[in-house]
Amino acid sequence: MSIFLSIIKKESLHLVRDPRTVLIVLCMPVILLLLFGFAISTEVNNMDVGIVTDSHTQEVRDIISRISCNPYFTLKGMMTQQEIEPALRDGVVDAVLVLRESSGQLEHQVVADASNPNNAQIYASYLEGAMSGNAQEPAVGTTLYNPQLKSSYNFVPGIMGMIFILICAMMTSVSIVREKESGTMNLLLVSPIKPRTIILGKLIPYFILSLLILALMLAFSYTLLGIPFSVTALNTVWVSVLYIVMSLAIGLLISTVSKTQFTALVISGVLCIFPVTMLSGMLFPVSNMPVILQWISCAVPARWYIDAMRTLMIQQLDIMYVIDDVVILAAITVFVIVAAILRFSRNK
Amino acid sequence: MGNAIEIDNISKRYGKIKALDKVSFSVPEGMLYGLIGPDGAGKSTLYNILTTLQRPDSGKATVAGHDVIKGRKKIRTEVGYMPERFSLYPDLTVKENLEFFASLFGVQVSENYDMIAPVMTQLEKFPNRRASALSGGMKQKLALGCALIHRPKVLLLDEPTTGVDAISRSEFWTMLRSLKESGITILVSTSYMDEAALCEEVALIYNGKIVENGTPSELTAHLGENLYNASADQMYPLLEAVRELPGVLNSYTFGATLHLVTDATFDVASACDKLSASGLDNVKVYLAKGNIEDLFIRFCNIEDHE
Repeated sequence: MSIFLSIIKKESLHLVRDPRTVLIVLCMPVILLLLFGFAISTEVNNMDVGIVTDSHTQEVRDIISRISCNPYFTLKGMMTQQEIEPALRDGVVDAVLVLRESSGQLEHQVVADASNPNNAQIYASYLEGAMSGNAQEPAVGTTLYNPQLKSSYNFVPGIMGMIFILICAMMTSVSIVREKESGTMNLLLVSPIKPRTIILGKLIPYFILSLLILALMLAFSYTLLGIPFSVTALNTVWVSVLYIVMSLAIGLLISTVSKTQFTALVISGVLCIFPVTMLSGMLFPVSNMPVILQWISCAVPARWYIDAMRTLMIQQLDIMYVIDDVVILAAITVFVIVAAILRFSRNK
Repeated sequence: MGNAIEIDNISKRYGKIKALDKVSFSVPEGMLYGLIGPDGAGKSTLYNILTTLQRPDSGKATVAGHDVIKGRKKIRTEVGYMPERFSLYPDLTVKENLEFFASLFGVQVSENYDMIAPVMTQLEKFPNRRASALSGGMKQKLALGCALIHRPKVLLLDEPTTGVDAISRSEFWTMLRSLKESGITILVSTSYMDEAALCEEVALIYNGKIVENGTPSELTAHLGENLYNASADQMYPLLEAVRELPGVLNSYTFGATLHLVTDATFDVASACDKLSASGLDNVKVYLAKGNIEDLFIRFCNIEDHE
């Protein structure tokens, strides 16, 4: 058996002998996917509305009747200007629509409970939609690609962006640093094998594991979550493989700067998971962030990956539409690999 | 016969700390050589240099005839190294550990089994037990087996007996002697002074410097002069009292007695009288037979005062 194969075998044994890791690695993606896909939802289905008005024209009556018969709204009744704040504060209503006649023109104002800013935005846009008149449904209007605003669609790319960073970066860095900590890395370095053989041998089992997870995630997405399947799924696969390679390189880079498993965990936690969830557009749209954070988010590879995944998986557009994301991702990958190799050979 | 290990003026610093300061000594082929020194003396740093894990700042060293910088690739195939802690894979079995380390050197466990057979007698019974489930002594033997599996010419053992019970320690030294008989050169480091006597030659290292080297009996030969045992029923007051005696340079507990290091003016009879007069019972002061530990304490004192 060649040295390379025996390192891969040894590394796989480490993985298999630690059932907790395997369980976490295989179950976590599925659980996250199901959780975000079904249980956690950012859709607003039932919003309580109050109306304040002093005019009783046909136009106003039309608006009121549109709102009251719309399944997304529950009309809590008419109220006075003074009642708005107490009603919002007590949670009786989520938003209040104020209609006023001013020099023959109907003017309107939406007062929304913005304790959850995301929801407030949705309330406002729903009410605006109802105001615009021509829609029976709230004017989320024409949303292409995800007409029901299903949050599962939105989350699948985000979860994939997070999982691969988590598994590749965190697990590889911890597994390399564990060898440093236990002293076995010195034994490997003292033996005649080349350092790059050691590292490659350590990365490959995690690469295979990531491919397994990718298959699992895609299978779930296309069946259970009902993301439409088409030939563009192939593009999804290879962009993901690029992202996996980059995550492995990040793991290697982290392992070169940390001396203990704990540091490796903290660095990968702080450096990977935090930016990936907060700055990648997974939860909060990048375009809504302060400009500085938008700049920072450019350095978060997950931002580009998730963006590309949304286009490829949900819009099912051709790879050419995300070529900029892919190029940036590839550039970051090359950069991280070079940095990791330089640091690794300098440490040795 | 040549030297298996030659160390010539090796220095190594970590920032401001001098880990090794112009260290020189050589180990003839086929010798069991001890590197004796307390924790932090620079033993592991020296091992790192000899195993090519680190480069010295200055000086030269050769292992098995190869330079530690230019010949590092050759050294790696000819040296067996056992680091400070038993570096095994705890989640792999005895057999898997052996096979993995054999494969690193491109050999089969079966073709070199005769080499490690004496080490493996007990471990043979449970090849499928995980290394984490082994006792300290067993781990130590397995680690030695893994270091020997590729038939190294030189065996570098860094504190192999630290944290192992007394029986396993003595078994381990027996094994080292039989390995030496088969022609392997062994450099073993330890912080246990009593183990120095088990080596053919030793080098004492302290604060990164080799303070003395030679055979254990040579080193302790002239210690007997000015070294006394002292005992009394009240040991602690005795320790305080002897420090006041004229001619006593140093005193420290040694097993059940005190050891006194004195100069030539020290007089046993008058010392006994003085101690008895200060209220101590059963005072005894007599010449002591020094060992490596006494030698070490002497050197450490000299070093620390400088």
